[in-house]
Amino acid sequence: MKFGIGQPVGRLEDRRFVTGRGRFLDDLRIDGALHLAVVRSPVAHARIRSVDVTAAEAVEGVVAVVTAERMDPEGRMHIPCLVPLKNRDGSRRADPPRPVLARDRVRHAGEAVAFVVAESRAAAEAAAEAVAVDWEELPAVVDPARADAAAVTLHEAAPRNVAFDWHFGDEAAVAEAFARAAHVTRLELVNNRVVPCAMEPRACLAHPEEGTGRLVVWVPSQGVWLHRQLLARLLGLPEARIRVRTPDVGGGFGMKIFVYPEYVMVAWAAHTLGRPVRWTAGRGESFLADTHGRGHVTVAELAFDADARMLAYRVRVRADMGAYLSNYAPFIPTLAALKVLTGVYRIPAVSYGVLGVFTNTQPVDAYRGAGRPESIYALERLVDVAARELGLPPEELRRRNMIAPEEMPYRTAAGETYDSGEFVRLMEACMTRADWAGAAARREEARRRGRLRGIGMAYYIEATMGDAEERARVRFLEDGTVEVAVGTQSTGQGHETAYAQILAERLGVPPERVRVVQGDTDVMEEGGGTGGSRSLTAEGTALLEAAARVIEKGRLAAAHHFEAAVDDVVFADGVFRVRGTDREIALLELARLVASWRERPAGLESGLDADAEITLSAYSYPNGCHIAEVEVDPETGTVDLVRYTVVDDFGVVLNPLLVAGQVHGGIAQGVGQALLEHAVFDPDWGQLLTGSFADYALPRADRLPFVDFSYIEIPCRHNPLGVKGCGEAGSIGAPPAVVNAVMDALAPLGIRHLDMPLTPARVRAAVAAAGG
Amino acid sequence: MPRVVMRVNGKEVSGEVEPRTLLVEFLREHLGLTGTHVGCDTSQCGCCVVHLDGRSVKSCTVLAVQCEGAEVLTIEGLARNGELHPIQRAFHECHGLQCGFCTPGMIMSALELLQRHPAPTEPQVRAWLEGNLCRCTGYHNIVRAILQAAEEMRQAPRPAA
Ligand code: FES
Ligand code: FES
Repeated sequence: MKFGIGQPVGRLEDRRFVTGRGRFLDDLRIDGALHLAVVRSPVAHARIRSVDVTAAEAVEGVVAVVTAERMDPEGRMHIPCLVPLKNRDGSRRADPPRPVLARDRVRHAGEAVAFVVAESRAAAEAAAEAVAVDWEELPAVVDPARADAAAVTLHEAAPRNVAFDWHFGDEAAVAEAFARAAHVTRLELVNNRVVPCAMEPRACLAHPEEGTGRLVVWVPSQGVWLHRQLLARLLGLPEARIRVRTPDVGGGFGMKIFVYPEYVMVAWAAHTLGRPVRWTAGRGESFLADTHGRGHVTVAELAFDADARMLAYRVRVRADMGAYLSNYAPFIPTLAALKVLTGVYRIPAVSYGVLGVFTNTQPVDAYRGAGRPESIYALERLVDVAARELGLPPEELRRRNMIAPEEMPYRTAAGETYDSGEFVRLMEACMTRADWAGAAARREEARRRGRLRGIGMAYYIEATMGDAEERARVRFLEDGTVEVAVGTQSTGQGHETAYAQILAERLGVPPERVRVVQGDTDVMEEGGGTGGSRSLTAEGTALLEAAARVIEKGRLAAAHHFEAAVDDVVFADGVFRVRGTDREIALLELARLVASWRERPAGLESGLDADAEITLSAYSYPNGCHIAEVEVDPETGTVDLVRYTVVDDFGVVLNPLLVAGQVHGGIAQGVGQALLEHAVFDPDWGQLLTGSFADYALPRADRLPFVDFSYIEIPCRHNPLGVKGCGEAGSIGAPPAVVNAVMDALAPLGIRHLDMPLTPARVRAAVAAAGG
Repeated sequence: MPRVVMRVNGKEVSGEVEPRTLLVEFLREHLGLTGTHVGCDTSQCGCCVVHLDGRSVKSCTVLAVQCEGAEVLTIEGLARNGELHPIQRAFHECHGLQCGFCTPGMIMSALELLQRHPAPTEPQVRAWLEGNLCRCTGYHNIVRAILQAAEEMRQAPRPAA
């Protein structure tokens, strides 16, 4: 099979996973490792009167029981939030400290109060249970919609529980447009809070490194560098004394980007005790201690003129931050969500305000899509509701307002410059594949069976982002391997294959010779990590640059070898040739040859090895149309997703197999959010009621249909590969498409809007209230 | 501590275990067979599925001592002489895995399905996977892989494991 760009190449990494030889964090074995168990708060909000560790210390096998007082007597070990954000009055956002171990107050159930290190996991767990904490329980703030009016506040540094009060846009222009609008559609909606649920729970292993005495910390990350930086800061060590590594990662979805308290505990314990220490979360702990996602309460209003053209958009969001600001939390509902606030439509004026509030719940941070699903959900729901109010088919209202290809590059009122996109074309392609025109007949047929059938679409656009800078380093090893070090981190996407494809094509080397290395601060000194669908746009560009440098060096070397002029050396299909002669040498052979030279000409001191550092000039804007078709059983409220069609524009597609996988997975997560998933808290006491897979409903195979996925390649103009990130797209388009379909099914009953998740109970209650 | 003897992937193994030691712990911690994963603590995810005397079980819900004298097959024992089992191959060919964490459980679960129902329909496959969670693939390619493997195994049956 051809292995270049555009080929559906099977993954190089698969073999180890299908034979059980993947190496996830908990699979790492190190002799003599101690086990760490965390003592967690059973309540959401309380003052800590005292912590008694006597009984815990007496448990056989216990090495240390550590409280905040012991670990951090001066109270300096706080996990920082890294996002600067200004309130609308120009002041800075609240910045309350987030301690690794709670000292005198806990602010969410599951917050760590102490930890135990012991010879076995069983001993550590038994001792953790024996730690006696005297709690003085406080009322909990749970509902983000009312957090700023609650009687209690979580943090002194955040009056009224407000983390930030941020605004973007031109309020006056928007007010003026609303005043002259022919029609205004207004919708209140909730973007339900969800739990990322990577199948591999978080874990950590730290040990002193033999020989160097450095601290090695293994974490299942989406990029090791942030961890090195913050661990060094919190432990008070120079970065050079810490090496962070990441093995195979069992899914991340944003949640594994962040530095969590447990990693600091494990690293501190290994450093302090001088012994290896490990911790692996149980699933119950994952629910209590991983960051959650979404959690928005939104009011959105869209103004139209008499021709149903959009005039202005006003959105007010209350974003649940949880009890503390996680590393990037304030960025998600504000600057990240803003990027696609206006979707694919011409909307001249916007006003976007976000009130970030603290609640006594787990911290909320990026989850697949991170802000963009929230924006697209509000807008695409609003467009559907508006179409109904205006008496227009939803596709017609969209068509009338979509930015046309001739208008590209198009600067939106949210401040983005879209480089490319043919929105009407993709929407129509998707409608054809979904047989949109036949939906009415299918609805009628279902009605005769007593079922309510509906069809719904959503058009999403995404801004793929993250760090604009990235690096790549190509090394020619003695055994003929081409080793590529990267600054990103695969958590299942298949980067080993995708990157090998790029290099194999550019350098003309066999793909099995290419080895991608990632996840080690020793291998790469800096990197941007994986997040925001940036890996291929950023790392791919860096790889192209590195390959170009290898070729330049190769021409120099070949010229030297053949005693020819550099200008006469050409490179194609992995071979350097001297023009007009029969002299030629393959790249790998040349690399070996240069390595053997005792004296190397200038420019070839490091052989053909090459480093590249690139900065992307702009974002990429993947976009596409999702169409869902559902059947609702009015008797039970059950929603069956019976058909799903998606047409995406991901620019140039490197590997259709991998891209389809990303789309399928993203859609499943989006469907999960729309129909099943919900982090539910006790409204008074803040306990997470959906804290296990028995209560938190992840989509299972029987809740999903096959997805009809296709794509149209409209190259991105912002990077040399022409690619647009595809990792998050599915999770952005799916929720509004599914909800629009269900609302279409329920429209005959006069139901205008229901909030996600559309569980049988919720749907049945609405149907009953509508007299059905 | 009780001593337990069983056959794992065709080899006799034994070990001293606590009465409460789970089969999955025995496999991972005592035998170093880390291909069997733990994804939950409520017996819901199926990452830990292995075969016990020819039937798929969640190894997080079986005690090691219950397996005395039993025949256990884990993901590590499925390929023969380096040649992948048709289900393993189909997962690769159909891109039925992304992070690979659920994959061993999925494959071991599918194995029993295909042993019992050599020609399952798509809904049968989906229903069978009810006890296996995947967060990455949306199941699309997992279902395709299992259907493809079924087809292949019908055409070229492999001698029983
Ligand atoms: S580990 Fe989840 S079912 Fe066994
Ligand atoms: S492939 Fe990641 S959980 Fe299934």
